[in-house]
Amino acid sequence: MSELLNPQEKLTPDTFLRGLWEENPVFVMLLGLCPVLAVTSTTLNALAMGLATTFVLVCSSLLVSLLRHWIPKQVRIASYIVIIATFVTIVDYAIQAISLELYAALGAFIQLIVANCVILGRAEAYASKQRLHTTLVNSLGMGAGFTLALLALGTVREILGNGTILGVSLFSPDFQPWIVMILPPGGFFVLGAWLLLFNWLRESKVRRAAKFTGAPADAR
Amino acid sequence: MSRGIEIRTSPHLKRVVTVDKIMRTVVLALLPIAAFAVWQFGLSALLLLLTTTGVAILTEAFFARVSGRGNTVSDWSVVITGLLLGLTLPPGFPLWMAAVAAFVGVALGKALFGGLGYNVMNPALVGRAFVQAAFPVAITTWTPAFAPGRFTEIIPSTLTPPFMQPIPVDDWVAGLNLDGWSGATPLAIQKFQHIETPLMDTFSGMIAGSAGETSAILILICGLWLAWQRMLDWRIPVSVMAGAVLVALPFWLLDPNIYPSPWFVLCSGGLMLGAWFMASDMVASPVTASGVILYGLFIGALTVVIRLFGGLVEGIMYAILLANALGPLISSWTQPRVYGSK
Repeated sequence: MSELLNPQEKLTPDTFLRGLWEENPVFVMLLGLCPVLAVTSTTLNALAMGLATTFVLVCSSLLVSLLRHWIPKQVRIASYIVIIATFVTIVDYAIQAISLELYAALGAFIQLIVANCVILGRAEAYASKQRLHTTLVNSLGMGAGFTLALLALGTVREILGNGTILGVSLFSPDFQPWIVMILPPGGFFVLGAWLLLFNWLRESKVRRAAKFTGAPADAR
Repeated sequence: MSRGIEIRTSPHLKRVVTVDKIMRTVVLALLPIAAFAVWQFGLSALLLLLTTTGVAILTEAFFARVSGRGNTVSDWSVVITGLLLGLTLPPGFPLWMAAVAAFVGVALGKALFGGLGYNVMNPALVGRAFVQAAFPVAITTWTPAFAPGRFTEIIPSTLTPPFMQPIPVDDWVAGLNLDGWSGATPLAIQKFQHIETPLMDTFSGMIAGSAGETSAILILICGLWLAWQRMLDWRIPVSVMAGAVLVALPFWLLDPNIYPSPWFVLCSGGLMLGAWFMASDMVASPVTASGVILYGLFIGALTVVIRLFGGLVEGIMYAILLANALGPLISSWTQPRVYGSK
């Protein structure tokens, strides 16, 4: 019945690639910005957060997709949250077991993955309507897009704010770190700069296309 | 236009004051302060002012070109931003950091909001707040005023290569053989050692500090001239100073050994420059007459509260930025009653 209401997506490269560029959860949809701003002060934190979120995203999307015929519509959000919270707990314990230092650096933001709108959004908008294999590929793409966005912020902030990348020093010891970049305002500055760049790229693409077809140039 | 009957809405009588005329007058009022800064701190201050003004102009020209707003450099507002920014920085501030401050101030504080008239905050202070957060050590490294040979040699930290840490100035300062130089401004000495610099020194400007904030009397004269020319709202600087005195006075009466005197509060640090030239920014301040008084009192009071109880030595910058952010709210609170309405 739900198959009829929701046309099933065919598996194409686009199923995966959408999450990276066209529907990038951070740079296009602006979802899950809390960890994006909070834990990207170093590349390693960004990478760990991205991978943890991707794990939760993929696993919970798969489970939601598997159970999509059994979850009653009225309690679906609560059910999704229970599913997501299960995987967040697994990640929470796993990171504690792997590196207590990383666990301390990421702080409450590991538990807060449960409230990440990227994951709930995927469950509601995609996994609950689509088949298992497309859900897997789509959520992998979204997770990769989220991780890439975190890395984009994390590397810039670590290079400017600390002069290092993954803890390896890049410049001479005389390098002046831009301390603001590893402070909270730095997260806003770098996110704003990336958004500016991507919006500008998208608009200039639209403008070029309009020039080619002779249609009026209006990016919005 | 045809010479028939012309139908127009009010106002019918206008003063012929254009934006660029106001801005040119403000630049003119800033020139004596800039000249004093160069006389006091020498070549380094000159290079600093030239760098901030030059980079500010280039940034404005770049964004005007990119956004297609036309030539916005010629309204002179960006020259004020550049000059003011230079005047608020320490004289030995590395030039590359000053360039960063000017770029961030104009780009982030002004251009991204839509240019002159749309900026929420004073662009010069946005730039300074950025470098204060980015380079906290460099922006609190002070050099003595009236160093001998200041017109022939440059403070070593000024010419720091880009992206490098400032060259230490300790050896250079030691080579000057100055008596009683502790590397601190009167504000810091008052805050941490509770010793007040004599009023005559802070009033006339014979002290260390940011390039253009030292001479209270000179800023007062230039500001008064500007107010007399009606190029700034006198209510703003007066209420800033009143707010500062209102908060400082009770504490000073309570314990004059620890707390600064009201006249020291007025003449030290950036309060004068901030009150007359930055809080009075026409775009970023509230628009109503009672609103600007509230705004000024808030700035003055908050500045003294930060100075007395905050971790920072000087608070005028954050006080003005916060008050700028509150500006629209204050304006809407203090809307005058329209004649005839309830």
